[in-house]
Amino acid sequence: MEEILAALPRQQHPDLLVGMETADDAGVYRLSSEIALIQTVDFFTPIVNDPYLFGQIAAANALSDVYAMGGRPLTAMNILCVSLKMVAKEDLAAILRGGIDKIHEAGALLVGGHSVEDQELKYGLSVTGIVHPDRILTNAGAQVGDSLILTKPLGTGVLATASKGRLASPAVEQQAADLMRTLNRIPDDVLASGTIHAATDITGFGFLGHALEMAKGSQVVLTVFASQVPVLAAALEFAAMGLIPAGSFANRRFCEHHLQVSSGVKPLLLDLLSDTQTNGGLLLAVAPAAAPHIVRRFQEEGLAATAIVGAVTAPGPGVIRVEP
Amino acid sequence: MSETVDARGLSCPQPVLLALAAMKKLDKGELTVLVDTDTSKENVLRAAASQGWQEAGVEEKAGSYQIRLSKG
Repeated sequence: MEEILAALPRQQHPDLLVGMETADDAGVYRLSSEIALIQTVDFFTPIVNDPYLFGQIAAANALSDVYAMGGRPLTAMNILCVSLKMVAKEDLAAILRGGIDKIHEAGALLVGGHSVEDQELKYGLSVTGIVHPDRILTNAGAQVGDSLILTKPLGTGVLATASKGRLASPAVEQQAADLMRTLNRIPDDVLASGTIHAATDITGFGFLGHALEMAKGSQVVLTVFASQVPVLAAALEFAAMGLIPAGSFANRRFCEHHLQVSSGVKPLLLDLLSDTQTNGGLLLAVAPAAAPHIVRRFQEEGLAATAIVGAVTAPGPGVIRVEP
Repeated sequence: MSETVDARGLSCPQPVLLALAAMKKLDKGELTVLVDTDTSKENVLRAAASQGWQEAGVEEKAGSYQIRLSKG
């Protein structure tokens, strides 16, 4: 896909602040010296059986890209691919109810949408948000000395595979769904403090894949301490049983040449570091003095697993070092 | 006891579930698992390690893997 996109004509415009070139989470366009527009779109096939939960997760996931740019979502549009012959009306209603509930929780409004006939159900949102042009967070701002913070535990990809094999208990499935439907909202006071230098959200490419985008975008070396990275206990168990999704192996291969792994790192933790996530947490590079306070603020807002997981340790061509 | 599980053509996580069921049934001995993706190969090897089975060799042939496992 990267290759196909690279073949498109390059666009330059004085008000295009974040375009297609940087593997960032959303596009940003300056409307005035005070306001820039953030636009993003994301939709996917069901990852949980409960239609209401699926709607919530899909919406939270689409909204996440606005938060990862330091923005505030304003409006959203539904995107729905469905065959009414194959999906019960009440299930569809539950999906859309889940979506609008999440949109409202984010303080945004649903203003329309579009549906197409499709044998395979898909749902998501196009989201529009705003940010001050001087306070855009990208993956390119990490500075040597910054602390790295991750706001959600890893392992939802492994748990999805375990669910597919009917091995995950209802309690574990609920724990994963609760994580995936939790908004990635950055507390206002943390945003205003200006101490976040770079941000991205952890999704399909896994922690390592998205961290690598930050390392490359910022031209730095990130050092990650595997034992400090929050992971779901059940995911560790299932990874040991061999329930790792194909995407997680692909993520590892993709990062391989930019990865330096110390010998003491537990192989299973490395599996979870590459695990493909749905609406995973934010990875933030922050001023080190502010890091403990930022961790506490995310914990107060409900993201209890938020932790400092490493640091930006050197300038460089985009490398991740993994230490025990 | 020895047994062969042919999990070729099955999508994840079926191959690993079949392999785990066979390990449980055999308890010990020799087990051969046939899979046709890298993902299944990696996952079957992890499953084996978690159940105390040793890897006795992996052979790649015409796009599929023959994984030989043993437990004494």
